[in-house]
Amino acid sequence: MKLLGEMLLKKESFSEIVMGNTAIVRAMIESNTKVITSYPGSPTPEIAGAISSIPLEKRPFYFEFSTNEKVATEVAFGSSVNGNLSAVFFKSVGLNVAADSFVQLSLLELIGGMVIILGDDPGANSSQNEQDNRHYAKLSYTPIFEPSTPQEVYEMYLEATELSKKLKMPVILRLTTHVCHAKQKVDFGNYTPIENSFKSDFDVSNGPYIPITSEVFPMKEKALKKLNSVSEYSQKTKINKVFINEDNKRGIITYGGPYLSLIDVLKNSNKKPDILKLGIVYPLPEKIIIDFLKKHEEIKILEELDDILEKEIVYIAYKNNLNVKIIGKSSLEDWLGEYTPDKVEKVIKNLWPDLISNTDSEKFEEIYVPKRPAQMCPGCGHRSAFYAVKKALKEKDITVADIGCHTLGFLPPYNMGQVLLSMGHGNSTASGLSINNKERKVVTFIGDSTFFHAGLPGIINAIFNKHNFTLIVMENGTTAMTGHQDHPAVGKNFNSDTSSISIKKVLESFGVKYIAEIDAYSQKKLIDTVREFVEIEGFKVIIAKHPCMLKFTREQRKKGVFITRKVKVDKDVCTLFYECIERFACPTFQKDSKGKISVHEDLCIGDGSCMQTCPSTAIKPKKESKEGENNV
Amino acid sequence: MFNIYLSGVGGQGIGLLSEILIRACDYAGYKVYGVDTHGLAQRGGVVESHLKIGEDIYSPLIKKNDADLIISLERTEALRGLINYSKKDSNLIFYDANWQPLFVRMGKDTEVSLDLLSNECKKRNVSYYRIFLDTLNDPKMQNIVVVANIAKKSLIPKVEIDHYENAIKDLLSGVNLERNLKLFSEMFI
Repeated sequence: MKLLGEMLLKKESFSEIVMGNTAIVRAMIESNTKVITSYPGSPTPEIAGAISSIPLEKRPFYFEFSTNEKVATEVAFGSSVNGNLSAVFFKSVGLNVAADSFVQLSLLELIGGMVIILGDDPGANSSQNEQDNRHYAKLSYTPIFEPSTPQEVYEMYLEATELSKKLKMPVILRLTTHVCHAKQKVDFGNYTPIENSFKSDFDVSNGPYIPITSEVFPMKEKALKKLNSVSEYSQKTKINKVFINEDNKRGIITYGGPYLSLIDVLKNSNKKPDILKLGIVYPLPEKIIIDFLKKHEEIKILEELDDILEKEIVYIAYKNNLNVKIIGKSSLEDWLGEYTPDKVEKVIKNLWPDLISNTDSEKFEEIYVPKRPAQMCPGCGHRSAFYAVKKALKEKDITVADIGCHTLGFLPPYNMGQVLLSMGHGNSTASGLSINNKERKVVTFIGDSTFFHAGLPGIINAIFNKHNFTLIVMENGTTAMTGHQDHPAVGKNFNSDTSSISIKKVLESFGVKYIAEIDAYSQKKLIDTVREFVEIEGFKVIIAKHPCMLKFTREQRKKGVFITRKVKVDKDVCTLFYECIERFACPTFQKDSKGKISVHEDLCIGDGSCMQTCPSTAIKPKKESKEGENNV
Repeated sequence: MFNIYLSGVGGQGIGLLSEILIRACDYAGYKVYGVDTHGLAQRGGVVESHLKIGEDIYSPLIKKNDADLIISLERTEALRGLINYSKKDSNLIFYDANWQPLFVRMGKDTEVSLDLLSNECKKRNVSYYRIFLDTLNDPKMQNIVVVANIAKKSLIPKVEIDHYENAIKDLLSGVNLERNLKLFSEMFI
């Protein structure tokens, strides 16, 4: 087996097939990045996965999962003003959480340098929106590098650190989902370790570091000057590339993922337009753009998500009196989704049909393929909890969702969680829903990692302002959705054991009067408690606890102690009431063409949480066996 | 250029399968570029992986109906992959696991039958390879059975058995490697 951890620390140069998220870790090592922080969020958590492949004692940098993106940003900032090159990474919407501190960074002298790695998610593959974080660059005077491939992720991180150190300013490396996860053979450079290289150079004379009232203006001026020098640098760097195909009429300006799709789509075209590929998407290399605009009669801006480049480039053309037709987005459709090769082909074909060779494939009669919505795993405690809570509530009651695996409760047949904003919004949204609302009970959910991430202010507000709703903490002992990262209640962090912060004790210390901790599998107790709590005036909490069974079974398999357990449906007893399949809805239960129920051997983990739901007690445990043995 | 589209359900091992293929293609001397879709996929949703082989490759994503080979670890996903990604003369190989989607289980959708799948293949002039191993106890090894059958049927041109074996050796270790290699070689007896 090739050991990733050893590979990443090689002193000599090498090539290896890796994804963008792994390539960046080698760049962190080569650039001697000293402090790296994060809060897990797709599409970036595999960066931490690659970091974890390096044993703690061999790791040439400090890494932590912080409690949220703002905290992570601040830890990285503190390290940078102490003279250490730092990096922070998180998902698209994580920047909203971090924003309060993030927007200040450019005002301050980051003497060690600092790179903010963003995992934007065009196509909303695993996010609640597809926000275009390029907007934040303008707001915060922060440059953005945007790579297309894992090779460029590696190269641009290195270049971003150099620029950041030189100008003592934050630099964003903006990745998108399929750049993070793309895999190719990447050529890496040498690595020269530096011993004992952590610095403590913090000194107010490097600052000022207190931006307040009139102190802000000189700091802002400095930030703007730095941004101007990035513009100058952007004219010279090889990161921005012009591809001349001898087309004096038409040119395309693009960047990142859309650039790859464009090249793919134009591959078979014998009349290719000139292309300007931007590697730095903010601030723009104005002279290069003017030059490109001057050389062409028509310019297409091929831009994923929002029309940021388009607006900037139209402005540049206007300011410089350039007589060139600039074509940006033409319909709302152009604002939506990822710019895949299919999408780019459509966009280009609409504009310049002669560039796209006709590849109309044969059309077939449309066939409906059953949709496959994501769902909770077999044995998931959330399923048991949702099943029970649904039974306890009335149709008219309101349930508020939050972010995590348990968001999936909104799907049929549970339909638990009817409104969602962001991480930790649930308590405050529930507060609003409950004001002067005597008729309908309000229940909100939160995961255990989110409890610490952004849940606490809403909870404290609910206590402080005497709001009236029930909070159900879905405690599964991990940050499950993003790949099982530890959180403050687990008892260990990324690097070592740590004292666990008990959610129940936190709530008790806040003075919450009604707290019940119940195993999510104990459905009767859960149903009774929900019924009891919703009738009580004030803020009540039920902790529906059960370990994430995906994590649990994986760990058992790793340790070699996994025991294959299954349940079976006794067909002589089964009355075809379909409680298991239509209301409990564990994916294990399958229905044959005659309507008979069976248990899928590939899926069942034998947790038995389903047995209590069967009104005719037809679900029974099967004989146990060790992994690999036949279990007939 | 040769495009491979892979699909399955979260938890079936599509990630490892695509990693084996990428490395096997690399051992065979090809330039390869691929991408997995992650996100919510782990929780019982569809997992896809795209793989492109050859000199003239840029985006890791395959265009609709432009795959030379479609690989699936599940029957419904095989049909979805066929309809969305097949072109004339492509090959479909799938492990016939049948994990009913939510609305099939709830009786609101109809289960995909093998007849439907093979008929749709015929219509499109796509070769159809159904793989199923009665004696396989561990569903986590269905992916290795599929890899072995891809090798056996030479479904990826010029990628040989030892290329696949080397790829597996790069990715697994210990008992896990032994069990998977044993199963892999058994498929050739």
